[in-house]
Order: sequence, then C-alpha cells, then structure tokens
Amino acid sequence: MSSAAKRRRRALIYQLLTVAVLAAALTVLVRNTAQNLRLRGIPSGFDFLFQGAGFDIGDSLIAVAAGAPYWQALLVGLVNTLRVALPAIVLTTLLGTALGLGRLSRNFLLRSFCGAYVEAFRNIPLLLQLLAWYFVLTDLLPPMEDAWRAGEAIFLSKSGLAFPVPVVQGGKWMLDLPRREGLGISGGGTLTPEFLAVLLGLVFYSAAYFAETVRAGFNAVPLAQKQAAATLGLTRSQALVSVTLPQALRLIMPPATNQYLSLIKNSSLAIAVGYPDLVSVANTTLNQTGRAVECVSLIMLVYLCLSLATSLLMHWFERRMAWR
Amino acid sequence: MSASALRLAPLLLALLLSPLARAGKTLDAVKARKEVICGVSTGLAGFSASDSKGNWLGLDVDICKAIAAAVVGDRGRVRWTPLNAQQRFASLQSGEIDLLSRNTSWTLTRDASLGLHFTGIVFYDGQGFMVAKKSKISAARQLANAEVCVQSGTTTEKNLSDYSRAQNLKMKPVVFESFEASLKAFFSGRCPAYTTDATSLAAILQKEARNPGDYTILPELISKEPLGPVVRRGDDEWFAVVKWVVYALIEAEELGITQANADAQRASANPAVLRLLGVSEDLGKSLQLDRDWAYRAIKAVGNYGEIYERNLGSGSTLKLPRGANRLWSKGGLIYAPPLR
Repeated sequence: MSSAAKRRRRALIYQLLTVAVLAAALTVLVRNTAQNLRLRGIPSGFDFLFQGAGFDIGDSLIAVAAGAPYWQALLVGLVNTLRVALPAIVLTTLLGTALGLGRLSRNFLLRSFCGAYVEAFRNIPLLLQLLAWYFVLTDLLPPMEDAWRAGEAIFLSKSGLAFPVPVVQGGKWMLDLPRREGLGISGGGTLTPEFLAVLLGLVFYSAAYFAETVRAGFNAVPLAQKQAAATLGLTRSQALVSVTLPQALRLIMPPATNQYLSLIKNSSLAIAVGYPDLVSVANTTLNQTGRAVECVSLIMLVYLCLSLATSLLMHWFERRMAWR
Repeated sequence: MSASALRLAPLLLALLLSPLARAGKTLDAVKARKEVICGVSTGLAGFSASDSKGNWLGLDVDICKAIAAAVVGDRGRVRWTPLNAQQRFASLQSGEIDLLSRNTSWTLTRDASLGLHFTGIVFYDGQGFMVAKKSKISAARQLANAEVCVQSGTTTEKNLSDYSRAQNLKMKPVVFESFEASLKAFFSGRCPAYTTDATSLAAILQKEARNPGDYTILPELISKEPLGPVVRRGDDEWFAVVKWVVYALIEAEELGITQANADAQRASANPAVLRLLGVSEDLGKSLQLDRDWAYRAIKAVGNYGEIYERNLGSGSTLKLPRGANRLWSKGGLIYAPPLR
C-alpha cells in the first residue's frame, strides 16, 4: 500500500476509535445517571409532560385552559420566547445597521454619538440592562386608574400597553376592545412591561454588538472599490447601496448569525424580570415535578433546535448572496 | 442560560459523575466529619438569615444548631449552605448537604417523588396576600383579574392557581426568579397584590417596605404550609436522629425545661424530665447517640417555645403570635410523641 493510503487508513482508524471512545463515555454517563436516580428513589421519565400543570401563565399568546398538561405550558413558554426573540432580531438588525453606518459617517456628532452608544451598551451586563429597563418602566408608567389613553381603545399603564385586536365572531370580523375589569385588563391584546423590558433590553444591547459587525464588514470592503465607485460618478449613498453594501453583506453575515443565536439564548434572562419565557416555565415545571434532569435536557434541546434552525436559515441566505 | 439553571449545573454534574452511591450512612459521615452541613435559605428573616457579622440566625438555623449539639457535641460545628428555591432539593439529593432546614413546605409530591423524607413540622404556616391599603381591597375574593407578583420555585404558584380556579378569579401570576425583583415590582405598583407564606409577608412588611403603613396583609390563608427539615431517603438512622431532636425540643417545652434551667432540671422529681435529659435512662443508644443528646440540644438553643420567641415572637422584630404553633395542650398543633 502506498504511504498516502497507509496514512489515510491510519487517520480513519483514529477517527473510528475517537467516536467509539466518545460513545462509550456518553453511555457510561447516561447509565450512571439513571442508576443514581433510581438508587436515590428519584423517579425519572417524561411522563410528567402529560400531567396537569399546577400553575397558570399570566402572559400568553395562546389561550391555555386551566389544568392543561405541562407540555402545553412549555409550548406557551416556547411561543413567548419566539414572540420576544423574532421581533428583537428584526429590530436589532435595523438599529445595529443604522448605528454601524453612523459610526462610519463624516458627521462628527453622529459618529461620536454612535461610538458612545456602542461603548456604553456593550460594556454593561445584559442582566443589569434588563433590570434597569424593567424598573424604569414600572416606575414611570402610571397606575391603571390614570392610564395614558390614545383614543378609547389604546391605553398605556403599569399593566402594559393594551390595544384592540381583530377577531372573528359569528362569521364577521370585529375589534376586540380592551377594557378594565376587576383589577386587570380583559379583552384585546396586551404588551406587558415584562415583554417590553426584555424586548428593549435585548435590542439595545445586541444592536451595539451588531453595529460593530456592520462597521467591520463595511471597513473590510477594499478601498479600491469605493474609489472606483467615486470615479464612476456615483454619489456616496448610491455607492453605499449598489457597490459597498452587497460586498459588505457577505462579510457581515457569519458574525451576524452569531449575534442572532446569542440573542435567542440571551432571551432566557427573561425570568429575572418576570417574563414567562421557556426557561421560566420549565423552571416552574422543574420545581413542581422535581424532574431536574429531564427539564434541563428539554430546555437544552429546544434551544439547540432553535439555534440550528436559525443558522441553517442564515446559511441558506449566505449561499444565495454568494458570488454568482 | 438563566442564572438559576447555571447554578443547577454543578449539582447535575454531581449526579452524572458520582460513583454508584449507596444511599445511607449520613450519620456516620457527620460523626466522622464532626460537622453538620446544613442547607438554609439565602436570607429569610425569622427562619434563616445571616446578620452583618456573618452569623446565622433563625428558627431553621436553631434546629440545625440543636442537631449539631446533639450529634457532634457543639452547636457551632455547622457548615451553612445558603440555597435558593431552585437549588435546594437537588443539593440534598446529590449529597452536597446533610439536611435541608429551609422553610420547606411538606407536600405529597415532595415527600414521595424526590427521594427525600420530611422529618416533621416545626412551623405551621399558610399562604396569604399583601395589598396596598389605597386599593381598598379587604378580602382575597376581591382580587378578580388581578396580576399577582410571586417568586418562582415554590409551592406559591400552584396554590395561587388552585385558589384562583376555585374562586373563579382569573388571577394572572407575574413570576420572578429573584425575591428582590418580585418585591420591587410589587412596591412600584406593577402588581396590585403579592403572595407568599404569611410569615414571610410579615417579615417583608417589617423589613422591606419603605412605608409599612401603606400596605396590609389580607386575612385569608389560602393554603396549608407545614414547614420542616428534610433529609434523603434510604438513611433511616439519620432520619430518626433529626426527627427526634425536634421532638425533644418540643417535649422540653411541655415539661418546662428551658435553656437556663436545664442543669437544675437534671435533679428534677419528674421521671419524664430525667428520662429526656439522659439522667435515668439512655434513650440515645437506639439513636446511635450518647445519653446526653437531648440535654445538649436544649442547652444549645432552648426549648421550642424559646426558639420561637427568640426568632419569630416577642423576642424578635416580627412579633408574630404563636397561633397554630402553640403546644397542643394550649390549643395549638405542636405535638411530640412521647420520648420513652
């Protein structure tokens, strides 16, 4: 056999050995855990998902009946996570791009402001920013009795922003108006201060990082391209959009994917400000059922799937943007 | 990942990687180590809180000190492990602590499905609501459609949900991971009501509210919360020791033995007193302790009544009436089986 073939065979053997060792280690860990749990009399298994949940979720998009099983509560948590993460991704992209371009501007005031923003928001831990937003919101907003109203159906108070929602009733489209009932709001849709705090906190924090990614992308486009565009008689903004942006986009996308994945996982800090996202609901489930290993594995699995889905989507996007 | 899940990770790692443990023999380990590792709360006035010098005080703390005095001989030989609501059971299950004395409610699920045993009840509590006086709410039934601030990781959420459904109030919980954040939300007016155990409400009103006169605790107790120490399953000797130390403290109050007169009582005419203090009989042998175990426990922290008054009653800032926590002979629920 030639030496190259021998080397390839050796490499293959090493790889197979590594996989075997990893598989063996994983098997030992899993069996050890299961045996330890059994020895200590701790029940395990995922059957708890079908038991009735002993808690309600205050802020949910889908109506969950009282006593619904745990898997429905976890689903509500997942929807809540997506409900804050997806708009946050969109807003971060917009704000981050604006800030990044602002740092490249010729206007001194704009450049300094964007620079100061990026430095400030990047260097304060996200948890503190979320708490700060939440406390500011709950302190500033008025109590329900003195809610700020815009017309009859939209009002802003400590319970959040209430707005009408179109629903189908009796075959016709109608507006479901929010109204005060008892001590809370009934009907319509509500954006709670918890949701707003998480959204704003995530957006303002991630936009600072995103701005730097955008700036790096734009700076990496060769100077020759910008000079050529100027030679052709394009204005600065025309050059930006037609020449620099498409080239910068390819450089921005991989780090931008990082930012999005980071944002989705950072949304798990929502429990600190009272927003019932997936981690918060799973935490309560863990405490009520005692199934620590199962609940934490479930959280990890869901976040893994979300991250993989996002990065697959961005990969597809990147390939579409590739050199044709 | 949230902070609480991060803190859970090392404990789960202990479950993953620890060798196949024979659950048991905690008593031997405590005697060999000459120290009790006691899981307490991160700071709940009256039950377990550390003062500015780092000394731990409270009802749960005194129970641990009594057990240390009974088993190891010195009430100071305790390693205090502050735990939050999410970590407490995993910490006990994994063997990180010997006993959990952390105002934990005894429920069927916790007793039967966590691999743990509750050793007895040291405090009968219940869940209540706190509201601002200016909301003019005088009864829990008036909380229809209200958003209620709670802290996650306790029986509170479930009781709130049960009560809300039973009374058809459609209350919406706003659930926070940290105690401080949940309080801040309530005091800033975000929620019209706050719910947790009634004694914690009293402590909060005392210590955390900037103007306690603006808030009131509603009279209803919507649940039973019997609080007591917890140990692991499969360790009957340790279970018996913890259980009977607590009963010894209760029996001491019934027999009139106090921290001050314990020495004098060793010459008492009452045979029950002599038996408890180890003068006439050796009750400790069957517990694998020496005969003075109950005497040392009482000398260390006093009897149940003294512990109560020092931490939650007239000797403390909370000044809670004993209520259901009186001795059975005085109309309460505190009862010890006979130590004989």
